[in-house]
Amino acid sequence: MKALTNTVAAVALAATAASPALANISDDKIKIGVLADMGGVYSDLCGPGCVTALEMAAEDVGGKVLGAPIEIISADDQLKADVGSAIVRKWVENEQVDAVGGLVSSAVVGAATKVLTDAKKIAMISTAASNAFTTSACSPYNVHWTYNVTAMANGTVKPMVAAGKKKWFFITADYAFGHALESVATEVIEANGGEVVGVVRAPLATTDFSSYVLQAQASGADVVALANAGADTVNSLKAATEFGLTEMVDVAGLLVFTPAAQAMDPDTAGGMRLTTGFYWDYDDQTRQWSERFLERTGTLPAMGHAGAYSMAMHYFRAIEAAGTDDSDAVMAKMRELKPEDFFARNAYLRADGRMVHDMYYAEIKPAAERSGDNDIFRILSVIPGDEAFAPMLPECNFN
Amino acid sequence: MKVSKLTLILLVAALVAPFVVYPVLLAKILCFALFAAAFNLLLGYVGLLSFGHAAFLGTGGYITGWLMMNAGITPELAILLGTGAAGLLGAVYGKLAVKREGIYFAMVTLALAQLIFFVYLQAPFTGGEDGMQGIPRGELFGFIDLSDNLNMYYFVLAIFLFGYWLIHRTIHSPFGQVLKAIRENEPRAVSLGYNVSDYKWVAFMISAALAGLAGSTKSLVFQLTSLTDAHWHMSGEVVLMTLVGGVGTVFGPLVGAGTIVTMQNYLSGGELGNYVHIIMGAIFVICVLAFRGGLVGEFQKLLKRNAG
Repeated sequence: MKALTNTVAAVALAATAASPALANISDDKIKIGVLADMGGVYSDLCGPGCVTALEMAAEDVGGKVLGAPIEIISADDQLKADVGSAIVRKWVENEQVDAVGGLVSSAVVGAATKVLTDAKKIAMISTAASNAFTTSACSPYNVHWTYNVTAMANGTVKPMVAAGKKKWFFITADYAFGHALESVATEVIEANGGEVVGVVRAPLATTDFSSYVLQAQASGADVVALANAGADTVNSLKAATEFGLTEMVDVAGLLVFTPAAQAMDPDTAGGMRLTTGFYWDYDDQTRQWSERFLERTGTLPAMGHAGAYSMAMHYFRAIEAAGTDDSDAVMAKMRELKPEDFFARNAYLRADGRMVHDMYYAEIKPAAERSGDNDIFRILSVIPGDEAFAPMLPECNFN
Repeated sequence: MKVSKLTLILLVAALVAPFVVYPVLLAKILCFALFAAAFNLLLGYVGLLSFGHAAFLGTGGYITGWLMMNAGITPELAILLGTGAAGLLGAVYGKLAVKREGIYFAMVTLALAQLIFFVYLQAPFTGGEDGMQGIPRGELFGFIDLSDNLNMYYFVLAIFLFGYWLIHRTIHSPFGQVLKAIRENEPRAVSLGYNVSDYKWVAFMISAALAGLAGSTKSLVFQLTSLTDAHWHMSGEVVLMTLVGGVGTVFGPLVGAGTIVTMQNYLSGGELGNYVHIIMGAIFVICVLAFRGGLVGEFQKLLKRNAG
């Protein structure tokens, strides 16, 4: 025991002597916890893949910032807010975690960010959809990087209304996330001179959408919007095809991730419009990074993965510039510096923690136009960040 | 009251534990142990398998959470009201459920719990999928700051001990003897002149109120109540805890809750993170197949065998 103590002391002494800059780094290391759904329905969106993305980021800065080693740990929140908040609490109180990344399901993220804000640690939100983290539940320590429901609604709905598709019908997942998506999209439709001719709310995990699709068919709408996610999107789309709805009207997916789009039958999903924060095949930069990711994980990166990497790189850069890992100083630098990489285009981190960047309006390619399994989207247009995201609320200005 | 050596040792261990183990984890174990103990009161001592106990855990949590956020009252009062609300719900549900037996009883409780789950899913005050977040822990009796984890732990320990004591008293009272008689042979209990359904109903109410107490306390520990608490998975989890620990034993629920919660906690962080559900399922199957008495039940058997 004594020998061990001596060794530890000697190592500690050597470490301090070798790198005086460490004085400003808490616990002489930069520790990031990745909290995500590792085995459940959202694990493809940002589960083990987000851990890989952060490890890639750590490797790309040489495993060290200001001479302090970067350590990445991870945990499965099992999509439960109580499990997630308990893990985060343990991390910040007992395990010297400086920032938490991943952060997928909005319910878990809401609980985790509360704990992080109390502890003055940074929440690096990559995949959660809710816009609450920079509005009603905003905090000086929240960074919301990839997208949110507002950007999804603005991106998908605006161009369609502008193109003359004025009458909308919603098939909405009947819970908080679906309602939020529907209400944000409705605002956008009405603000642009369109109208909502009908809404039908299907319980979460509905398998038979036929009655809902028939209502949509009878409504006389130009566009049927799917305010749902994951398997619900896939199933509702399937029913829409079976009843020939997709031939009569346009179908818009309000939240479609690359893995879900890849899982859909191209004959059914082809032509569906959506908005995404990232697409792997956009240009050389995105392809280069995505191929690295593909090599390591065997799957294409979803926007949450790319966002997690980009955000971590920016975080490391901010620590470097601030000369410390103190949360307030790092947040100030993160807002001051412009993130610019394969993911973040024309980007800046707003004072409320919202990262504003270019979003992409896309269409799912029909089977005939695909060159391979990984050829999924056609990017129709680029949406400038300021048009995609809602303006900052004055009460959330943390500058 | 005679206090056994084992109880004393456990009590001392519980007092020292937060200095060794992370107190919030301990508090979580105690909350779930109380929940499992409440469930065990029904399954282990009356022989009623309720598959809807999450409803009471959730109700306690939501009511206490709402009161703490909106009514500006002290935590002990909020917990009391949350517990009362769960008890009240238990009175209504129990009245309906005890009319049936066996699998039908389980199904009725499950159906009723799903009803209230749907209310919590839709009602605006619960926050739906996002849950009720950022519940303040407040100050106990107006002067003990519960935001300190140690204070919170000892408060939870006190509640837990009270709950366990109440269950202990219930089981060892004449009322408890009748419950056991009902479990062993219901027709005989009826023939002896006991109004069986009233006994079951009261036991159901006590169990529901204690489950509500666990939920209320849990909402303060985590400063959050979510649909997870009211979901039928939670009703299943408590069955798992009780079976792993040992049905019908005093310490079974405590051991079961401790095992499951610790496992969830440690597995979630490790290499096996992806397999939490599979591992738990495997343990459940092994327990049911090989250790019918649960951990505590098997341990007791072992002691008896060695003694004899």
